[in-house]
Amino acid sequence: MDTFSIKRIDNDDYSTLHLEGFLDAHTAPELESEFEKLMGEGRFNIVVNFSELNYISSAGLGVFMGCIENIRENGGDIKMCCMTPKIFRVFDLLGFPALYDIVDDEEKPLNYFANKTHKFS
Amino acid sequence: MGFDIMPTTNSEYQLRIQSQTDNLELIREFVTKVAQKVGFNEDDVGKIELACDEACTNVIKHAYSHKSNKESLDILIKVDYDKFTLIVTDHGKGFDPKKIKLPEMKEYLAELKVGGLGIYLMKTLMDEVDYKIEPGVKNQVRMVKYFIDKKNSRAVKSSEGEN
Repeated sequence: MDTFSIKRIDNDDYSTLHLEGFLDAHTAPELESEFEKLMGEGRFNIVVNFSELNYISSAGLGVFMGCIENIRENGGDIKMCCMTPKIFRVFDLLGFPALYDIVDDEEKPLNYFANKTHKFS
Repeated sequence: MGFDIMPTTNSEYQLRIQSQTDNLELIREFVTKVAQKVGFNEDDVGKIELACDEACTNVIKHAYSHKSNKESLDILIKVDYDKFTLIVTDHGKGFDPKKIKLPEMKEYLAELKVGGLGIYLMKTLMDEVDYKIEPGVKNQVRMVKYFIDKKNSRAVKSSEGEN
């Protein structure tokens, strides 16, 4: 039963993770290992697209908490986009909007990473 | 199918299931179906679903320390005229509920701590949360949601016409 899946797309400046299905204590380790893989490859500019995610529990939120420090220390960031109201509410309840950029569409984070990279090159 | 739930009827629904994370989806489906059937709106159904997931995740991860999938956990839903009560029972090692420190959110975000969010969510999502702990014998977390939204004094949408 494939209840959760991640589609990863790499670009020059950033990687995008498209999450699909249910992110709970059972499936969170999959996301965790995907983040570890990205960080291991030195890819710290990450966009997470939630448009196809139907459910998230605190185990899923914990994954973002667990890796954000490392990502920011390495000059990167996690930008989140396209959450359904149901998913956004969980992030909101736990005060995540103060800590992460959460936006409606994917363009803003992409522009952010593109501009940031070009500024330093 | 006629699943008419009269507000005056007291009914109970029970699920006994192995304590393992791949059953969380099934647990959520069970709780969601019952919550929909008794007439909660989509918003409240989502809250009950998440609170139950968090309670069961805590049992699976802590009460049994992930060690075995032979242990079972019980989910009992009692529907009274005024409230929906969800009781999760396990027979694991338990804990002292007085020692649980609810995370101070500002502090939490500042320190980027991982974990410990489950109980905070349960208390935020439900109207009442309490524990009955007898380590190694029986541990229960009991969560209540009232049919009248106490905070806003607004009746929850009735289930008429819904399946």
